[in-house]
Amino acid sequence: MTQTTAALPVSRLIEAFNKLPGIGPKSAQRLTYYLLRAPSDEARALAEAILEVKEKIVLCSTCQNITDSDPCAICRDDQRDRSKICVVEEPLDILALERTGSYKGLYHVLHGVISPMDGIGPDELKVRELLTRLKSPADVREVIMATNPNLEGEATAMYLTRLIAPLGIRMTRLARGLPVGADLEYADDVTLTRALEGRQEV
Amino acid sequence: MTVPRVYKTTGIVLHQRRLGEADKIVTILTPNLGKLDAVAKGVRRPRSKLAGHVEPLTYTSFMLARGRELDIVTQAQMLEVFPSLREDLERTGRALYAAELVERFTPERQESYPVFRLLLETLRRLATEARLDMTVRFFEMRLLGHLGYQPQTEECVLCGASLKPVTNGWSAEAGGVLCPACAARAPMSRPLSVNALKVMRLLQKGSFAEVMRVRTAPDLESEIERHLREYVLYVLERDVRSARFIETLRRTPGTSAPRPA
Repeated sequence: MTQTTAALPVSRLIEAFNKLPGIGPKSAQRLTYYLLRAPSDEARALAEAILEVKEKIVLCSTCQNITDSDPCAICRDDQRDRSKICVVEEPLDILALERTGSYKGLYHVLHGVISPMDGIGPDELKVRELLTRLKSPADVREVIMATNPNLEGEATAMYLTRLIAPLGIRMTRLARGLPVGADLEYADDVTLTRALEGRQEV
Repeated sequence: MTVPRVYKTTGIVLHQRRLGEADKIVTILTPNLGKLDAVAKGVRRPRSKLAGHVEPLTYTSFMLARGRELDIVTQAQMLEVFPSLREDLERTGRALYAAELVERFTPERQESYPVFRLLLETLRRLATEARLDMTVRFFEMRLLGHLGYQPQTEECVLCGASLKPVTNGWSAEAGGVLCPACAARAPMSRPLSVNALKVMRLLQKGSFAEVMRVRTAPDLESEIERHLREYVLYVLERDVRSARFIETLRRTPGTSAPRPA
């Protein structure tokens, strides 16, 4: 990057953008020069939005989702089915599940996944918080494991099943099979096997 | 100009790291090209046709294209999946430990066919054997041998005296077994039982089938595990992270015995 020619505040902003995921040096320059020409209201609104995210967002003390009010909107909603908890890896997974509109239960965010080779075990995740939730008299009858269907997600699901099954709570796992619009010839053996096992009457 | 742009290889996927929005870097142990990193594009999208074929602990046939920095996976077709390594946590934990050791110990792009074969055989065994821990011990000892860190178990490492059937010493620092006299003077030495020494020798020289035929009590197995773990850590000069997960599993109530594959 040739920042020697740019004024210091400009190059500072370019560098700050450059640190963001998915933004390379060119995009960082483009964003910076856009903001230079944009009305100052727009720049202030962006700056305030960024600060607000850092200052007001906390983790929901119940489900560990990111929220600006504790407990979060989902945990407070008395229309939701409190007998089900869906366990996900990241807050973004909740957005994806909510978009379907077909799940009305509660959630629990682990904030990661068991990854032995990266040194991430249950203690680094929000596992203890989940167990506390299940042991309190909240009448949870089903825990749905919605971790990703890869090695680490499966390991996490198996480990949690080991912890939770003795509590007498029903453990379920999201079905694994072929995604909509997929091509059979490219499917891997594991997915195809699972898809066959989970076949349904038409 | 003579280097082809695309090339084929088989390999065992050791590890994955996230890259950017939807990509992953996969670390592959190949039979002839050693360990290498390659980018698998788009594998975090649900409709990826590569994703299932580049999961860790699968043996896969790859088509790779040379990239500017990292090579890129253009096609992948799994050859062996080992379903039980994914469905039984005890097996998963040990298989990941074996993969991590190989990843830590092997240099990039340096052919090491014996290590490849050892890992493939170990994954097959971990997918089917009932005695998972002894399978891992066999793997550790053979891996040390292939990499040139074979512990000395025939005579005392320090004075060369032949070892007697008494409690000897074990020292990772010295590189193997110490006679009682030398062990007394070596600060890092730990007592090594007669039976543990016998099993160590068998792990080095015997076949896998011979090792599986030997009955070992739980405390003998944990003694050998301690000694070999210490040795591996000394050689690696780093912690093996997956070992902690195996410990977590041992502490967690639940099915302690592996399910039959």
